[in-house]
Amino acid sequence: MAPSAPSPSALTLRDAVALSGRFPLLAGVDLEVARGETVLVEGPNGAGKTSLLRVCSGLVPLASGQLSVLGLDPSRQRNRVRRRVGLLSHASHLYDDLTVRENVRFAVRAAGGDSRRIDGACDRLGLTGRLLKTGAGKLSAGQRRRVALAVLTARWPELWLLDEPHAGLDASTRATLNELIAEASASGATVLLVSHESEFVGSLAPRVVTVTGGRVTSDRWVGPGGSPVERTPAVQPDPAEPRATVAPPVPGLEPEPPARVTVADPDHRGAVTHVA
Amino acid sequence: MWRDTLLVAGKDLRIEARSRVALSQVAPFGIVALVLFAFALGPDRSLMAKGAPGLFWVAVLFCTVLAVQRSVAVESVDGARDGLRLSGLDPAGLFLGKAAAVAAQLLVLEAVLGVGVVLLYGARIEVPWLIAASCLLGTVGLAATGTLYGALSAGLRVKETLLPFLLLPIVAPVLLAGTKIWQAASASGLPSDGNQWLRLLVVFDAVYVALGIVVYGPIQESA
Repeated sequence: MAPSAPSPSALTLRDAVALSGRFPLLAGVDLEVARGETVLVEGPNGAGKTSLLRVCSGLVPLASGQLSVLGLDPSRQRNRVRRRVGLLSHASHLYDDLTVRENVRFAVRAAGGDSRRIDGACDRLGLTGRLLKTGAGKLSAGQRRRVALAVLTARWPELWLLDEPHAGLDASTRATLNELIAEASASGATVLLVSHESEFVGSLAPRVVTVTGGRVTSDRWVGPGGSPVERTPAVQPDPAEPRATVAPPVPGLEPEPPARVTVADPDHRGAVTHVA
Repeated sequence: MWRDTLLVAGKDLRIEARSRVALSQVAPFGIVALVLFAFALGPDRSLMAKGAPGLFWVAVLFCTVLAVQRSVAVESVDGARDGLRLSGLDPAGLFLGKAAAVAAQLLVLEAVLGVGVVLLYGARIEVPWLIAASCLLGTVGLAATGTLYGALSAGLRVKETLLPFLLLPIVAPVLLAGTKIWQAASASGLPSDGNQWLRLLVVFDAVYVALGIVVYGPIQESA
């Protein structure tokens, strides 16, 4: 029997709702990201960007709706999803009493990664010499970020979830990070990038998704200079379910009026961007 | 699962080797507790020797609470618990690894406290293997329950005070069995008297190790 073809979509969220207690973190997100795509997620503070990444990594379960990550269901195949996904979050996930090298080694081995990639990844992020033997508790915030990036680089997951990855990094590490994102995308990995600092992201992400009030309120492709361009999405919407990517409002969580709204084409020919 | 167990236990023991919390803080705390018990009992050596088994296990329980709190605290800094969850480690391996690291530390602490009760209280040990067996089995039970309840309290703001409240009543069978076995291993009893208490410890261990393997994952996810 021939093996089934992998899902063309790296990430699919349909009417995804996630809660923290009774507080909605996501209030009905519809988003489809193709494999190999790099997407910038932007939005105001508290809009749900970080929650979106945590849901995609399987850290936060959905209260309702559907989520597929790399063709897998995180609620049933949690560990398989997590081993193929890398999340760079605000926390570095480091142990202060372990050295830099021990931290990277543990994280990579725990995730089932290839230990032989550790040295190269550390070199790439400037973690060399005495720094490798330094306890993580003695590192600056920027250095801790570099160690977390080294873990991600050594693991080289299929889905990169990056939450404000440029924060706290010096100019040269920012450049290295952008190289890594470009290489990840070129190698077929999917990158979902949350950032307020679009000037650092540059042309890395041709697609920009805006999250407001726990929902996707804009989904557009941008050309050089940030000008909006029309483009057919790599993953076609399901013809049986023509739907707007803008979810209906949820009581108690009113989004700000979006500047741009993307609506799925009912004729299934791609996205039409309306600029308000 | 076993690979993950070794990985996690190795990590926790390496952290302990660096920080030396068990040796520099928990062990001295246990010794201080033994000294205070001695003050409370007065200068009567026979009374102290009689109470030595129970006081030894009470000190071990106090040290267990501290060791488990340390094991939980290690994962509370810089989102380390999320890091473990994100790594996709087998939850059963994670539970066994954390419990194994706590158990290794407790065995060292019990050796220190054992010497302490012999020197301070003049406790007698006629059948050393029986006490060694009770320490081994008791340690497995304490580490398993401690790791389980430590995870249960990990996500709560009041975990420092809640953990002893949850844990100490649950491990009362270990205190009881350990004390009875020590009494049987001393001149006051026969070695065969300890067998039923050893069996109780085996059952206790089996129940809590199995429970931990099954429920540790869901507890981690909900913490």
